[in-house]
Amino acid sequence: MNKKSAFKGVDLKRFGMLIALVIIIVLFTILTKGLILKPMNIGNLINQNSYVVILAVGMLLCILTGGNIDLSVGSVVALIGACAGTFIITLGWNVYLSIGLCLLIGIAVGAWQGFWIAYVGIPPFITTLSGMLVFRGITLLILNGLTLAPFPDAYQQLSTGFLPDLVESFTLFGGKSNLLCIIVGVLAVVVFCVAQLMNNANRKRKGYECETPAAMAVKMIVVSAVVLWVFYTLAQYRGVPTVLIILAVLVLVYSFFTQNTVRGRHLYAIGGNMKAARLSGVRTKQMMFFAYTNMGFIASVAGLVFAARLNSASPVAGQSFEMDAIASCFIGGASAYGGTGTVGGALIGALIMGVLNNGMSIMGISSNAQQVVKGLVLLIAVAVDVIGKQQIQLPFLRKRSSNRSVSG
Amino acid sequence: MGNIILKMKDITKEFPGVKALDRVNIEVEEGEIHALCGENGAGKSTLMNVLSGIYPYGSYEGEIIYQGHPCRFKTIKDSEREGIVIIHQELALVPYLSIAENMFLGNECARGGVINWDETYQKSARYMAMVGLHENPRTLIKDIGVGKQQLVEIAKALAKNVKLLILDEPTSSLNESDAKKLLDLLLSFKKEGISSIIISHKLNEISYCADKITVIRDGHTIETLDQKDDISEERIIKGMVGREMTNRFPPRTPHIGEVSLEVRNWTVYHPIYTERKVVDDVSITLRAGEVVGIAGLMGAGRTELCMSVFGRAYGSSISGELRIHGKPVHLRDIPQAIEAGLAYVTEDRKGDGLILPDSIKHNSTMARPGFISRHGVIDKDLETMRAKELRQQLGIKTPTVEQLVGNLSGGNQQKVLVAKWIFAQPDILLMDEPTRGVDVGAKYEIYEIINDLVAQGKSVLMVSSELPEILGMCDRIYVMNEGRMIAELDRSEASQESIMSYIMQDSKGEIGA
Repeated sequence: MNKKSAFKGVDLKRFGMLIALVIIIVLFTILTKGLILKPMNIGNLINQNSYVVILAVGMLLCILTGGNIDLSVGSVVALIGACAGTFIITLGWNVYLSIGLCLLIGIAVGAWQGFWIAYVGIPPFITTLSGMLVFRGITLLILNGLTLAPFPDAYQQLSTGFLPDLVESFTLFGGKSNLLCIIVGVLAVVVFCVAQLMNNANRKRKGYECETPAAMAVKMIVVSAVVLWVFYTLAQYRGVPTVLIILAVLVLVYSFFTQNTVRGRHLYAIGGNMKAARLSGVRTKQMMFFAYTNMGFIASVAGLVFAARLNSASPVAGQSFEMDAIASCFIGGASAYGGTGTVGGALIGALIMGVLNNGMSIMGISSNAQQVVKGLVLLIAVAVDVIGKQQIQLPFLRKRSSNRSVSG
Repeated sequence: MGNIILKMKDITKEFPGVKALDRVNIEVEEGEIHALCGENGAGKSTLMNVLSGIYPYGSYEGEIIYQGHPCRFKTIKDSEREGIVIIHQELALVPYLSIAENMFLGNECARGGVINWDETYQKSARYMAMVGLHENPRTLIKDIGVGKQQLVEIAKALAKNVKLLILDEPTSSLNESDAKKLLDLLLSFKKEGISSIIISHKLNEISYCADKITVIRDGHTIETLDQKDDISEERIIKGMVGREMTNRFPPRTPHIGEVSLEVRNWTVYHPIYTERKVVDDVSITLRAGEVVGIAGLMGAGRTELCMSVFGRAYGSSISGELRIHGKPVHLRDIPQAIEAGLAYVTEDRKGDGLILPDSIKHNSTMARPGFISRHGVIDKDLETMRAKELRQQLGIKTPTVEQLVGNLSGGNQQKVLVAKWIFAQPDILLMDEPTRGVDVGAKYEIYEIINDLVAQGKSVLMVSSELPEILGMCDRIYVMNEGRMIAELDRSEASQESIMSYIMQDSKGEIGA
């Protein structure tokens, strides 16, 4: 680590993971001879990894509070799938009413765990380990060990559907394209750029420091290019996947929440130093309760999406999802001790995992070998985080590590 | 006597970008207590880390000659084998192990990896007797006080056949009487030929026990003073800060106004041992524009009093009456206390006060995020601006408010802690040991901040274990002992002797409660 990176700290680390993601994508593009970036595969990538991204967003909030994890999310995903299946398939209830009910059940499950963690003081690991067994058990009881299928089309739209196009046939650059998709992409870019400009103008007006025009231009061009490319590619396939909208909303809302709100700041404070946060007026128990209740809600969203993707309510759904979500957060730069990490980072972490999965599958590497690779990636990512921290944070660690570099 | 046991010659140690030590020289005679003085960041701890092998040979320049031989320590083990033992400011004891287990940790009485417990307990009892620690060696460390823990550390050093004992701020968490006991212990070691190097900010202690004083400033040896020449504290301070400090406490003309805080018949029980009273029927008043001190020994209940007043942050079954600006208030939790205009500046800035892996900016706005947000959404630009204002106002020495607090020096961290509570705009500040572990220069700056605050009509209640500080800063002084308020003194009638005599007499039970 040179001095500059130590100075920049977290920001640079986040960029580091972004660079790693780009490298992995380029690597697989070469190894799969471009297959990985084919329009259909991009659609697949989004669908396959949607649930991991959703869960990682919720998991990040738990991890922020002090490296606490939620082991029960996989079981909750299955439980919600079972509930949805029972409501919609067995009882034949209205799809939207059922979705609403499932979300409420998810919140209740989260509140149950949050209560034990925040107000009784049971360690999260133990509480959610119990939840992992309890909710899997309830799922098996509800489904009687059987799988319910199929869901009606309206429900399937949640995960595998695409936004309907505006016109029948629209061509762009000589190929068939989806007009709505292009419009959504352009709109996203315009909104992003306008927001950036307005934000900066606002700063100028209030007399705060502004970004340099050059830095802003680079940022806007890079983001716009990537967004436009993704939507252009999607347009060549079947358009905007519904699940992409769900993902975008969740990522944006939670990113804003963690970075720009007082409550979000409190999550970081609790993870950084619980006692100091409490003595500064942070309602620590309430925040812990919130983090786990929210995790229940997020797990129910993932459960609904995943059941729609499977097109069935299966008692074994969601197994080891918690591990994917946890790994995504840590790969994305969240600290295992809490207090640092971003939603953007968790998203990148989930994408790294997803691209690795997808790329290796295309190459025909066995899923056994894939696990080895993913495990090592997790370890390396966290090792980089830990070693980086020793350089910048605690003076006694800094001494020790400078020691090591001298003697080694 | 007269034998040079240790000579460190031209020690230079560089960290990336910083020269922490620049040709530092120090000589210690056998059976001598040698004090090492300097402001925070002057390089005292670095020098001792070089000596003890924490920074291995090769990572620094210069020469260490110990008992006539040049030494090249690669690890702490190497230096300990030679009888050099360092005791750090933050004690390195394992709370859930017993005294005896801690004493022989890493140095177990074992054969082939199997511990001989009889020998362990017998030996530990012997060393405990030598340091005057009367406890069962099987008692867990967490169950004894900080003063006794410090004695365990010293007994641990004795168990390693110590010849040169290095103590880094050994009394910073001890009360006056425990501190004196410790220094007397060092003086008695002297007779047995054990030399000590003591790093301390407390000049009265240095004058009390040191034979020689080496002053370090900005990584340079400034001078070595001989106690035979009868050195005054002012003389030492001059060497440390490089200028004459005629006044250790900034002057202030008090403008005392209305009563701002009234605490009546305040009783608090221990949060875990709920039958133990920690604050017993205490009543205090605090006026606008006034600095009031609470003196007392460690464990007198001063911190517990402040924290329980601050939105019941401590204790159980709290009873009593609380009035702020004449109105009775019931503060059920900390957010309510902050809302009511109270602030509690903790004595333990690293443990309870600051979020070390977070920025100065985030730390300084943490107690009152409402001031930089609307509808719960933070205005980050406003936050940066406020943080910069505070940095300027309090003289926090750092190029950017994005700097992680964990990277700052003790004095600057303390200022960030104070900044955090100034940002919350309280009327009443409960400041618990506001200058603990900061150097003379930073102390003076914190005193100035306190004076500024009361000049604005705020009230400050200051808990301090350093009597000169209480006497120098406060308009009125309460004395607490064993949970009770035993005396209230005006600035004019208070002296170190009078305060200590109240405490000593109360402890003997001569003053009835």
